[in-house]
Amino acid sequence: MTTETTKKFNIDTVEHAAKTPDTELPWAELGLKQNEFDEIVKVLGRRPTGAELAMYSVMWSEHCSYKSSKNHLRQFGEKVTEEMKKDMLVGIGENAGVTNLGDGWAVTFKIESHNSPSFVEPYQGAATGIGGIVRDIISMGARPVAVMDPLRFGAIDHPDTARVMHGAVAGIGGYGNCLGLPNIGGEMVFDSVYQGNPLVNALAVGVMRHEDIRLANASGKGNKVVLFGARTGGDGIGGASVLASESFDDTKPSKRPAVQVGDPFAEKVLIECCLELFKGSLVEGIQDLGAAGISCATSELASNGDGGMEVELTSVLLRDPTLTPGEILMSESQERMMAVVTPENIAAFEAVMDKWAVEYSWLGEVTDTGRLIITWEGEVIVDVDPRTVAHDGPVYDRPFARPEWQDSVQANSFTGSVEDAGRPSAPSELAAAVTELVASPNMCSKDWITKQYDRYVGGNTAMAFPDDAGVVRVDEETGLGVALATDANGRYTYLEPYQGAQLALAEAYRNVATSGAVPMAVSDCLNFGSPEDPDVMWQLAEAIRGLSDACMELGIPVTGGNVSLYNQTGTTPIHPSPVVAVLGKLDDVARRTPSGWREDGQAIYLLGTTAAELDGSEWSNLRGHLGGLPPKVDLAAERALGEILINASRDGMVDAAHDLSEGGLAAALVESSLRYGVGARIALEELMERDGVDLFTALFSESQARAIVSVPRSEEVRFKDMCTARGFAHLRIGVVDAAGGKLEINGVDELSLDALRESHEATLPKYFG
Amino acid sequence: MTSIPLIGEAVAVAAEPRLAGAKIGVVTFPGTLDDRDAARAVRLAGGTAVSLWHADTELGDVDAVIIPGGFSYGDYLRAGAISRFAPLMSKIIDAANSEAKLPVLGICNGFQILTESHLLPGSMIKNDHLKFICRDQTLRVENANTAWTVDYTDGQEIIVPLKNQDGQYIADEKTLDALEAEGRVVFRYVGFNPNGSRRDIAGISNAAGNVVGLMPHPEHAVETGFGPESLDGAPRDTDGLGFFTSVLTKIVGGDK
Repeated sequence: MTTETTKKFNIDTVEHAAKTPDTELPWAELGLKQNEFDEIVKVLGRRPTGAELAMYSVMWSEHCSYKSSKNHLRQFGEKVTEEMKKDMLVGIGENAGVTNLGDGWAVTFKIESHNSPSFVEPYQGAATGIGGIVRDIISMGARPVAVMDPLRFGAIDHPDTARVMHGAVAGIGGYGNCLGLPNIGGEMVFDSVYQGNPLVNALAVGVMRHEDIRLANASGKGNKVVLFGARTGGDGIGGASVLASESFDDTKPSKRPAVQVGDPFAEKVLIECCLELFKGSLVEGIQDLGAAGISCATSELASNGDGGMEVELTSVLLRDPTLTPGEILMSESQERMMAVVTPENIAAFEAVMDKWAVEYSWLGEVTDTGRLIITWEGEVIVDVDPRTVAHDGPVYDRPFARPEWQDSVQANSFTGSVEDAGRPSAPSELAAAVTELVASPNMCSKDWITKQYDRYVGGNTAMAFPDDAGVVRVDEETGLGVALATDANGRYTYLEPYQGAQLALAEAYRNVATSGAVPMAVSDCLNFGSPEDPDVMWQLAEAIRGLSDACMELGIPVTGGNVSLYNQTGTTPIHPSPVVAVLGKLDDVARRTPSGWREDGQAIYLLGTTAAELDGSEWSNLRGHLGGLPPKVDLAAERALGEILINASRDGMVDAAHDLSEGGLAAALVESSLRYGVGARIALEELMERDGVDLFTALFSESQARAIVSVPRSEEVRFKDMCTARGFAHLRIGVVDAAGGKLEINGVDELSLDALRESHEATLPKYFG
Repeated sequence: MTSIPLIGEAVAVAAEPRLAGAKIGVVTFPGTLDDRDAARAVRLAGGTAVSLWHADTELGDVDAVIIPGGFSYGDYLRAGAISRFAPLMSKIIDAANSEAKLPVLGICNGFQILTESHLLPGSMIKNDHLKFICRDQTLRVENANTAWTVDYTDGQEIIVPLKNQDGQYIADEKTLDALEAEGRVVFRYVGFNPNGSRRDIAGISNAAGNVVGLMPHPEHAVETGFGPESLDGAPRDTDGLGFFTSVLTKIVGGDK
């Protein structure tokens, strides 16, 4: 197949560029800085052609090149022990990292941002966010098996929040549901800091056999380069370099046309088609087309390969025949893939395309010249060393410094503040406080969102939201499966970025362990403001340092992720929001632990100790306070707690487990009760005495490394012995009460489950219909 | 190459030799999502699942056919409107209407394809609340005499997942009256009508009872640990298995 019509443009060839060194080029409009343009001229030994300029501008953008964060991100690769590497089959740098699951199975997962597009056009922005991350997973040779979506919106009562929320949720559902991928969890946070810059992150996970792992490289001289999937159109042109790297303010024209439009049906067909290609071993290398489109795919494939590549750009199938070479190179049209195929596999490749009615065009071939050459009707318009485009972009050592305001923020503790006046203490006040907490925007039921997502498709979902982690079966014979959780706390990270990032990891780690899975790998999506602001750059540097240190201490490597910068409105950045995803392994998903208790009379234990840690808490948030220091991080305790939860699940010592995080013990008790509508009787006097805290603190503190579990009577001795042997604090705080229909806590007025449920579930419908 | 099938691929292993002889075709269109789930359900019920491709021109020797859920052709036109013209569909229509009365089950998008094919009356429009909805849905079996419901009892309540965007069943009053009078309303929503369907109808059959279509997904309620749970946490995760054992019972002729 070739395009029927090729239109003649004023083609700026390499030859022409060499002869006209003084031609003015719009490098500034394409987002390049003077020093970057000078560097391109130096690399090429002449001025770039228009097409080359387009390629460099998108590939050297912050979004594609990580130029501001690269120097810091190195730590994820450096702070790794041999032990941490042993299950890592593919590390950072590929489309997604791959982890060994055993029995010949491998798993790949990655989290990515689609923040700016989701603010401009929430439906398409969120939809194509799912589409993009899913293609990253397919590119590794895996079958995608689930998605998750951490979301952060502006204030729940702001008029614009409904626009973004409705669009983003419908987009994630509309795209993900149509792909046949269960949505197994995510996050939902409302905070006015995200008003003009919501965070729409998306995670996808896929599985494969070891021998099916595919990498993005073009090797083998004479092998053919093919582009397949949707046709190339004008969508998203300049999106990568312009949209993702500029903050929103009112002075610039609308960027609406720069947002890509998704076609989930095309993507679903592409998934099945790629899996059939993998099954027949019909591709040598494969790369999805995301940000920077063909520029990225050709330069990365060629750069990762052992030779060069030559492609004819007029062979690209177009949706819009008026596109110029530069636009074709920059287009971010969705649902496209590029592959390298040996000549003997061409016929078999074409048969698969025809079966699935997927369009394709052969663009060129792999060479041994070490150059990426792109021609237009035979005339050379790009002649570059692909490494200079894809990998050797600019790297900045941006200045950073601890903000002047950090000390005063940390000195402003919630305890004793104006906002802390009238802290609840009477039984009726505490009952009202618990109800207020679980009905609050961040702690209320997410049902309104999750019921718009298909969690069943595939038939392998063993657990999904609202349990602590999503669990998917991988092997139907053995029950082998994976658990996933994502977490972040922008408020903690604002108070202390090093610790905040570690707290995000600790919570995700705890969530995975709570489900019974052994944590194995990390993917992170670092959402921050402008790196040109030294305050923000310090937050980023500290968060990366904190996260990499904590990964080392917990013994789980970062296998991939994404950095999203310039998340700010005018000069006001969002709270630093490192979203951390942890993946764990379950030998048999039948052993997973759900978060709700069910059986009458089971003992409820609180694991871990409680300190007066209310700074940055949800309770302080409800009172409009943000200051002080976040809860202490104790990674050794997190690890010990994790081991207890994993062993308890494996040996059938617990029937339910729920981690304590935002909202503390109060939120956990209500959530475990509402999960199956089974209440409990709780007494915290012993805890208060042991830890030296009052009842309010026991309920609302957000001390880390804690979880509640329900233990069958027959297992109680064994469970206690295990905790004692490991020296981990454990305390029997109550008993499951199946008959009462209420949550009774000594010193707190009785809470009926019906009333709690009504408060918990009414919030989102009230604001969003 | 891998010797173990890719995850989710239909694996045909059957427990009971008698039932294993029964072959149930599962049709895949471009955009079909729940084909692997339907094949798994057949296998768990004891039968043998056979993959059928929409472009095939022969049905082969299958004893029954399931048209699974999904978004065939993206539902970009009316749901099911394009799939209805697939070469295999004309074979299925002929076989369903033939003397042999091939049992056909349409689930969700499959139900939409069956109404578009005129094997079943009425049509589905967008949910009354205009959003996609996924929930564990209680259904009442109104007719336990169809090819796909003989293993249930009249009036039995079951819980199976429901997930759709265009699930509101509509038909004119005369058609609805006729369906009720002839006992062709096979399933009704209980407690909550999730999409505004007329008379709470969740599923119907043709006059002979060999063709059944419904919006909810029995194939997602066939395996312990992977299906719905009742509100109090009691497992209800295999309530959907009866669809698949019913048709196997029917095929092998009564007793198992």
